[in-house]
Formats: sequence, C-alpha cells, structure tokens
Amino acid sequence: MSEKRVLEPDDVRRAVTRMAHEIIERNQGLDGVVLIGVQSGGVWLASALGAEIARIDSAIPVGSIDASLYRDDIGLRPVHPAAVSDIDFDVDGATIVLIDDVLFTGRTVRAALDALGEYGRPKAVQLAVLVDRGHRELPIRPDFIGKNLPTSGDESVSVTADGVVIS
Amino acid sequence: MSRSLLSIEELGVDGVQRVLELADTMAEVNRRPNPKVPALRGRTVCNVFFEDSTRTRLSFETAAKRLSADTMTFAVSQSSLNKGESFRDSIETIAAMGVDAFVIRHASAGAPWLVEDWTTASVVNAGDGWHAHPTQALLDVYTVRVALNRTAGFDGLRVAVVGDIKHSRVARSTTTAFKALGADVIWVAPTTLLPPVVGETATDRLDDVIGDGVDVLYMLRMQNERMTEALVPNLREYTARFGLTPRRAACLAPSTIVMHPGPVNRGVEIAIDLGELPGSVVKQQVTNGISVRMAVLYDLLSANPNSTSDIEINDDVAAAPKEHP
Repeated sequence: MSEKRVLEPDDVRRAVTRMAHEIIERNQGLDGVVLIGVQSGGVWLASALGAEIARIDSAIPVGSIDASLYRDDIGLRPVHPAAVSDIDFDVDGATIVLIDDVLFTGRTVRAALDALGEYGRPKAVQLAVLVDRGHRELPIRPDFIGKNLPTSGDESVSVTADGVVIS
Repeated sequence: MSRSLLSIEELGVDGVQRVLELADTMAEVNRRPNPKVPALRGRTVCNVFFEDSTRTRLSFETAAKRLSADTMTFAVSQSSLNKGESFRDSIETIAAMGVDAFVIRHASAGAPWLVEDWTTASVVNAGDGWHAHPTQALLDVYTVRVALNRTAGFDGLRVAVVGDIKHSRVARSTTTAFKALGADVIWVAPTTLLPPVVGETATDRLDDVIGDGVDVLYMLRMQNERMTEALVPNLREYTARFGLTPRRAACLAPSTIVMHPGPVNRGVEIAIDLGELPGSVVKQQVTNGISVRMAVLYDLLSANPNSTSDIEINDDVAAAPKEHP
C-alpha cells in the first residue's frame, strides 16, 4: 500500500496554532472552557492545543476520556479501552472542547458524548479535529478543523505531531 | 483470546496483564457518582453456585450490572436438581434461555470445564473444589499492583502464603498469578496442610519468614472442619504457630501488606483487629474484586459474539426436543 504524506510537521504546528486562536475567538475568551481529548489519538492533540492556548492567553484544564465502553460495535469487533479516563475538574456548566485527531464516521464522537454525560452536564460541547476525512454515518459536525481531507472509505489516515499520512 | 476464564494457567501472562489493565479502566468507572456503563447491554450472565458464597456471587452480580448486562441467579437449593435433573440438563436448559456467560462455583474440581463443553456460552470459574479460583487470584494481584504501585510487574516481590495450602483453591491460583508476574512465593503451613507434591518453596516457620522480610503476607482461611480431620492439634496451637498475632504484626515492616481472601476466622488466622493493622488491604480486595470481575466479563463478552443469546439459532436444535416428553 502506498503512503502519501499530506501534512508536514510545520503544517500540523500551524494548524494547532490557528485552532487555538479559533477556540478563544469563538468562546470570546476562555471563561469556563476546558479541553478533553478522546483516547487515544486525541490526547496528544489536546495537550498540544492546551499548551498553545496557554502560550497565547492563559492555562485551562486539559483532560482525557476513553469512550470504548460506550461504543456501539462492542461484540462486532474487539474493542479495548486505550487508557483510563482522566477528568479531574468539574464539567458541570463548563464549555467542553472535545478533541480527536481524525473525524471519520462520527461513532467515536457519539460514544464520547455519552461518556461525557456521566461526569456532569456541560453548558456546551464543541468538537475540534485535526483531520476531517468525511464519510460521516451520524449527524455530527466539527466546530474546529485542522484540515479537510477527502479520502476513500478504505484508506487509513495516521495523525501525529510529525504529520499526517494517508495509506 | 479464549471465550472462557477457567484457570490462570489457561489465561496466561498476557491475559493476566490484559485483565489488570482493563481493571484500571473499570476502577475509574466505579469511582464515578453513577458507576455504570452500557458496554454489555443485552448480554445475560447467569450465576450458578453449587457452594455457599457471599462475596464472590454478589461481586459477580454487581460487576455484571455495572456493565449493564442482565443477571440471572440459579439457586441450586430451589432448583429442579432436587427433582433429580442432572447437572448437564440443568445447564443446557438455562443455556437455551439465552445466556452469554455462566459463572460457576462447584465443589468438584473440573466442573467449569464440563460446562464449557456443554454450551457455546462463556464460562467463568468462580471456584471448583480445591482446584482453582482465578478471579480471586486476579483481584489479589490487582490489589498488590495498586497498593504497591507495581504496574510493570512483580519482579523481586516477596510473597508468603500462610495456612491451609492443601485444601485451598485460592492458594493455588493466587500463587500461579503472583509467579506469572515475577514474584517469589513461599508457602508457610504445617506439613499436614501442604499438598503431597510441593513444587513451591515451603516452610513451617512463619517467624523466620517475617524475620527475613516479606512484602505481601497472604493469610488463608483456616477451615474449622480440618480440626475434626486431626490435621492440626487445635486452633489455639495453630494460631500460636501460624496466626497473625499482635506480636507478629509488630514485627512486620511498615510497607508489608496483609491480605486475606475472606471470610476471616477472627481470632484464628488473624488474631488482631484488621483496623489496627495499617498494612491490611482486605477491604480493598473486596472493592477491587468488582473492578476485576468487570474486566473479566468485558474481556470475554466483548469478544464473543457467537453466544447462546441468539435464541433463533439455538432453540430449534437444542431446546425444542426436550420440551415435548
């Protein structure tokens, strides 16, 4: 299978910086805003966005959530929790920016929204993804996008701070 | 990945590690205000206990419910077994109702293996005779992993298992699990209460073991019926030589943790108030038991789509002929 690099490390860095600015702009500041990365791919992105937002403005809480136990495909394929959810702040009334690396079918985000509900009732949930590759199977739309990337359904997209590769 | 959990040996080291990591996720669920996840919605777990049990049965039931599985309890004393129905027919009848997992406790070693042959459901061994009790072993190693923060393994950990090794399925499974993770295990017991073939290091001098230093002191339950078999002269002498007395507790290093599978015979194997024992993790063992059993049920059922819950497939072949005498 051929590999195609579509974003370089510098592109990722610039996208993160732009998304950090957009998050602050959209929320007219950072009052009540928290970041939660979806295990496992969204966690590094959440901490990168957290660091960038702290550099631009001020530090805000960053957590992570594992949505495996809320997935709708348990039993259809092996579903293993990647890591323990880590939310050590109150989500009641918070504006949560849910963060994942790639948005594809939307099923992971659906599961993560259900999982978030167990921790409290946020004021609002916004969605930030580094790559939106299309092929949605649920009515879910991102608020902040690093890069729109048209793909075919059988390709795989790998995202790290070192870039984005389609194979 | 196997469909059943019958023994630590069959689970293997990788399987033990997988369950322990899953248990961390489940422990986080149990710390939430609403400790419930929808992971096993629509699955059914049936508890079949041929021996008395409080903590194991309630622990499995709670674990299944926190994963949103449905639970059934097969009460042996009120069942058709009393009318002469065989063990096998009972199991197949329940299976025909659509069960995804059987949790079996039986006085005969090997019973869970038979049940696995008779059904396509997952089977969890919750204790068979003197043979094995794998979920107890998993909750024991999980408790040590958390209490001593040993996520990487138990290399160099010194574990002493004290008491009636011969008749204890807990001792066997727990020893296997500790050793699989790299711990050194020593058995401390009167020679009458050791199995005839001892592959482990064994001694009958508890004071020497404590004097040499030990990280985990695992006290087994001393069963009163062993007295009538004259395997120990009397309980007082047993306590004097093998019990955790206030004098011995004072000799333990502050970092030593004390474990017991329960139920405790107060004044026999532990002759000191557990509340006064700073190293006691007996309550944590019970709490962790739920997380570990959630991990076990999730590990088996999230990977086993071909279970008996698919009644359409099963009932015309298995159940229907039996219904018409």
